Amino acid sequence: MSVPEIILEVKNLKTSFATDSGEVRAVDGVSFKLPKGQTIGIVGESGSGKSITSLSILRLLASNGKIKEGEVLYKGQDLLKFSEDQMRKLRGNEISMIFQEPMTSLNPVYTVGQQIGEALMLHQNMSKKEAHIRSVELLKLVGIPSPDKRVKNYPFELSGGMRQRVMIAMSLACDPEILIADEPTTALDVTIQAQILELIKELQDRLGMSVVFITHDLGVVAETCDYVAVMYAGQVVEYADIRSLFHYPKLPYTIGLLKSLPRHDIEQDKLEPIKGNVPSPHDMPVGCRFSPRCPAATDLCRAKMPQLETDEKGNQVRCWIYSEEWDGESEVNIYGETRIAKSRGTETVLPD
Amino acid sequence: MTKYIIRRLLQTIPVLIGVTILVFSLMHLVPGDPAQIVAGEGASEQTVENIRERLGLNESIPVQYGNFLGNAVQGDLGSSIRSGRPVMEEIASRFWVTFELAFYSTILAVFLGLIAGIVSAVRHYTLADTSIMIVALFGLSMPNFWFGLLLIQWFAIGNWMPESLEFLKMRPSGWGDSWRQIILPVVTLGTGGAAIIARMTRSSMLEVVGQDYIRTARAKGVSERLVTYRHALKNALIPVVTVVGLEFGGFLGGAVLTETIFAINGMGRLTIDAIRTRDFPVVQGTVLVISVIFVLVNLIVDISYRLLNKRIDLN
Repeated sequence: MSVPEIILEVKNLKTSFATDSGEVRAVDGVSFKLPKGQTIGIVGESGSGKSITSLSILRLLASNGKIKEGEVLYKGQDLLKFSEDQMRKLRGNEISMIFQEPMTSLNPVYTVGQQIGEALMLHQNMSKKEAHIRSVELLKLVGIPSPDKRVKNYPFELSGGMRQRVMIAMSLACDPEILIADEPTTALDVTIQAQILELIKELQDRLGMSVVFITHDLGVVAETCDYVAVMYAGQVVEYADIRSLFHYPKLPYTIGLLKSLPRHDIEQDKLEPIKGNVPSPHDMPVGCRFSPRCPAATDLCRAKMPQLETDEKGNQVRCWIYSEEWDGESEVNIYGETRIAKSRGTETVLPD
Repeated sequence: MTKYIIRRLLQTIPVLIGVTILVFSLMHLVPGDPAQIVAGEGASEQTVENIRERLGLNESIPVQYGNFLGNAVQGDLGSSIRSGRPVMEEIASRFWVTFELAFYSTILAVFLGLIAGIVSAVRHYTLADTSIMIVALFGLSMPNFWFGLLLIQWFAIGNWMPESLEFLKMRPSGWGDSWRQIILPVVTLGTGGAAIIARMTRSSMLEVVGQDYIRTARAKGVSERLVTYRHALKNALIPVVTVVGLEFGGFLGGAVLTETIFAINGMGRLTIDAIRTRDFPVVQGTVLVISVIFVLVNLIVDISYRLLNKRIDLN
């Protein structure tokens, strides 16, 4: 198997916001790799920093936000070193983005055709007429019926699902290399959600895009992604290929997340929630950020922050259990599952 | 759109009828006998009776109103008691003076207000923003009659002006046809309006700039300049249009103080003089005309509102 080209790599990204109550580190050490043509899911609870991560990649943060540290390598070039002009040529052209709120993400005073056409006129030097023709084609591509009529509609004349299709058409206008989809289905009905996910997957196959999929929904991740980065309190805590993550999650947090999902394939009396709450950004634990809620936490976990450790498959986990320094039992019970600590010399074996 | 305009026009009819009732009642709401008031104290019984006859005050109130409305619809608002000329003629000769003043003042207010508001919004929380907003607050709080007097003192009477600015110097001695004489009154009226428009534009822009679709535009690779002027401004202008329309209407009807200070023979002056001399038909006429203009300006505002924002429905 040849090593796939890495189109996007985020290394140790740190983003802060200046607020009235001081600096808030919304993203505090995010790293992941996206191979070309594949999909990575960034999963986390609300406030875990996943949206800020995506906005940081395109440098679209609000004015009080600032990227403090790290690298965002696109085709090997660090986007954080690009000029604003260079970034502008990239946005909507090579890397484009769709957002969570289709109801408010389109400009109410322009027709959908004008809004799709704008990107084409900006990046591909199309004339107004050419842009119009292409807009109709794009609307057809995303499955909007009678696109030649819809192209003249204003956003308020379309339903939420239709608007999200328009957003997708807009983001695909210039054949981007990477599509960042920030919870594109969260605001939609379940049936429409499935349609939009199907559409993104189909277009990805057809156009060969790479996709960054931001979501809090592990079900969506299982359906769409090749890789997953799990985020907790501003950090990536586990990064793995989709099979490893769902079959053999390593991190106690990920195990807990999966255990709290309703499943249809096994008998469940009740769901098991992770106890406690996400720590406040003003009051982060000194050690591992999950340690106050973790059933396996030891003194080491509470005292010292673990680093992301990479295993032989290239998967990463931020947890003391899998390090040489682990001070707990060799067989750790986490939410009813057993994990074998690294320091006892046993390699973890992935069951088939 | 045509349907909307027709419906909107029909809606103005009850408003205008209400206005005529109020205007008509003016004469009857003033305490005492209108004919006696017009004739003045010490007038003979016969004079009062003649005036009563001339004003049609012997008829019943509904008949009087019917006559007033019937005549008004045909453009007949009676004759001035003071000059004897038809009220319509009196108003027509003054209307364009006031219209010119209001028109140029509105242009100045929009021009200054939009620039100040946009700069303030784009550079919000900077020194530029704070300074503009302080000046705007000042412009808003400064009474027109005081600011007008200051301008006269500085530019028309004062001796300190450099020679290059001499052309601004003028005497507030009546309304001629020279364009120079319009400058100070327009500045007096227009700057107050500019302050309101600047504050409105700023807050409206700041609200729009935080919207999701602005982020979408940036994510598309649109430059900051186009984000401001193409994506934000068009949305932000929607509430500003209302303010501009109301100001223009206000200038037309309410430039009384400015007209008095600069001795401009406009509608405001006409109204004030008529009130002072108890010239009821003229008071009725000016109030009615100003009200009709205000209703029409509002109609135009509503239509342009609709042109800017397709979402607004009549319902």
